[in-house]
Amino acid sequence: MKILVCISQVPDTTTKIAFTDNNTKFETNGVQFIVNPYDEWYALVRALEIKEAQGGTVTVINVGPASYEQTIRKALAIGADEAVRIDAEPSDAYYVAKQIANYAEKETFDIILTGKETIDYNGSVIGGMIAELLNMSYVSMASKLDMNGEVATFEREIEGGKEIVETKVPFVASAQKGMAEQRIPNMRGIMQARTKPLKVEAPIDVSLHTAVVSYELPAPKGDVKLVDADNVKELVDLLHNEAKVI
Amino acid sequence: MKVLVYAESTEGKFKKSSYETILYASKLAKKVSGETIAVSIGNVSDEQLNTLGKYGANKVLKVSEDRLNSFDSKAYSKVIAELAKSEGANIIVLSHNYNGKAIAPRLSVKLDAGLVSGAVELPNTDGSFKVKKGVFSGKAFAHYEIKSENKIISLMPNSIALEENNVTAEIVQSNIDLSDQDFGVQVKEVKKSSGKIPLTEAELVVSGGRGLKGPENWGMVEELAEVLGAGTASSRPVADMGWRPHEEHVGQTGTAIRPNLYIAIGISGAIQHLAGVNGSKTIVVINKDPEAPFFKAADYGIVGDAFEVVPKLTEAIKELKAS
Ligand SMILES: Cc1cc2nc3c(=O)[nH]c(=O)nc-3n(C[C@H](O)[C@H](O)[C@H](O)COP(=O)(O)OP(=O)(O)OC[C@H]3O[C@@H](n4cnc5c(N)ncnc54)[C@H](O)[C@@H]3O)c2cc1C
Ligand SMILES: Nc1ncnc2c1ncn2[C@@H]1O[C@H](COP(=O)(O)O)[C@@H](O)[C@H]1O
Repeated sequence: MKILVCISQVPDTTTKIAFTDNNTKFETNGVQFIVNPYDEWYALVRALEIKEAQGGTVTVINVGPASYEQTIRKALAIGADEAVRIDAEPSDAYYVAKQIANYAEKETFDIILTGKETIDYNGSVIGGMIAELLNMSYVSMASKLDMNGEVATFEREIEGGKEIVETKVPFVASAQKGMAEQRIPNMRGIMQARTKPLKVEAPIDVSLHTAVVSYELPAPKGDVKLVDADNVKELVDLLHNEAKVI
Repeated sequence: MKVLVYAESTEGKFKKSSYETILYASKLAKKVSGETIAVSIGNVSDEQLNTLGKYGANKVLKVSEDRLNSFDSKAYSKVIAELAKSEGANIIVLSHNYNGKAIAPRLSVKLDAGLVSGAVELPNTDGSFKVKKGVFSGKAFAHYEIKSENKIISLMPNSIALEENNVTAEIVQSNIDLSDQDFGVQVKEVKKSSGKIPLTEAELVVSGGRGLKGPENWGMVEELAEVLGAGTASSRPVADMGWRPHEEHVGQTGTAIRPNLYIAIGISGAIQHLAGVNGSKTIVVINKDPEAPFFKAADYGIVGDAFEVVPKLTEAIKELKAS
């Protein structure tokens, strides 16, 4: 199986979010960047497991500037065979999807995996766009993926339950919790990652559909109202009469 | 300007999120002096279709054929895109729920339309077209401008309070030609978690953390949820240890929810947990440690032992419901 895993770079999950330039830019000073957890823990690890079981290659792809290469090397350290970086700012989802689809079309992959969403812009859209651009099946929010020859069986989450879905290669799927267990890169992986190929490709021209014009932080919470543990009825009163939620 | 909205149904009934998107679309249609056209795919009775009018649909296009009885993003997005074209609608609204997340990006490519996913408010249409959505997993909001002529918005569930209008919808049967190439996946089985309220749709949620010590203690959480008519959730370690199913884990790497009421029991309130629940309108924290960080994000709190407080809370709510 020839597998492509799309990886994005995001701020570490403990990052305190702040903006500069009159709330138009995300403050990256002092921010630690990581591989988006869904891409790393689930999409990449499942891709490696499929390769280990039935042979093939795992390529990771990222649309981002040169400064993202450190993050891309982490994916190589976990076990991907090679990496591709499309040299561009990932500012708009459609733009990113077009770059990835363009590369994937030339290389013809059997399986393309993404994470269910990035934890910074929370789009949950790039996998579906790639599938449409390549006219492939798309299974979103997959929590299980089993390959049997060319046939893939998925479990995907739906409201109040699960769906068992089947499709054939080639396909695109977005991965979430359940699909695999996080792997910690070992010393050998980290050493090998330094010499694995990381190709850089020029972007194609795509016009932008959307742009962020400004950011906003949520209004600060007022102080918590504490209720005595011996007076639980008061809490019920407050929820009923003040907050009006029950 | 016409606004086309996808109303999703399951087992012949519209989801709550569908009424939310219809109401949202009809309010948007008013802003741009247009009309609201709903699309229903699959077998739905006319009586159900009529309910869409109550939330503001002027017209309902009904597409039913056997092959569309199970979900396939490829076929569904083709149907919706074709109808948007034939109706001349250039704004499309759908829910940012499980299936919406599979359809919206495909529509965006088919219609060359800018997409903002997970909107939390009506767009600002003064001058340019701007949509507000949550970013950085609930830690902030961003205002996106959609520059393209065609526009798609997916609405975060529980972002608009339902209210009924008095519109009667005209129901029109529509046919879309579909070939085998338009389908990509086969749904083999649907496993419903019986009787449970889907977490993303729940207005009230009761959630437990590691402070509850073990899966055998979840009875009191479920009992509280039952008297409230609430969904149940958990922190991540609880799911990782297998105390509760993975789909219940909320937070940055779990599900993000925006209920009216979130009751957190024995959860410390780590930043990654808050990221999935900070959109909740009211947060109640029950924790025995007065220094637990969750109290800083809470509206109401009880410092105390969950094993004493929760059963009392359940009793007090029973009394309220009985009165
Ligand atoms: C990359 C990353 C992503 C993550 N994503 C998520 C996520 O999506 N969701 C998530 O939840 N976590 C996530 N985490 C984990 C997160 O950092 C915390 O470790 C986790 O939320 C803690 O869970 P907890 O509050 O249940 O447990 P603890 O932190 O152990 O807290 C237990 C709490 O219970 C209280 N307690 C104990 N006994 C009682 C009692 N008898 N009565 C009342 N209170 C009691 C304690 O005072 C304590 O506050 C993530 C971590 C990382 C690094
Ligand atoms: N800049 C990027 N480069 C490569 N893949 C990306 C990029 N951004 C997002 N992705 C992939 O698309 C998935 C969904 O992202 P999004 O639609 O932006 O939430 C992520 O989990 C990644 O797998």
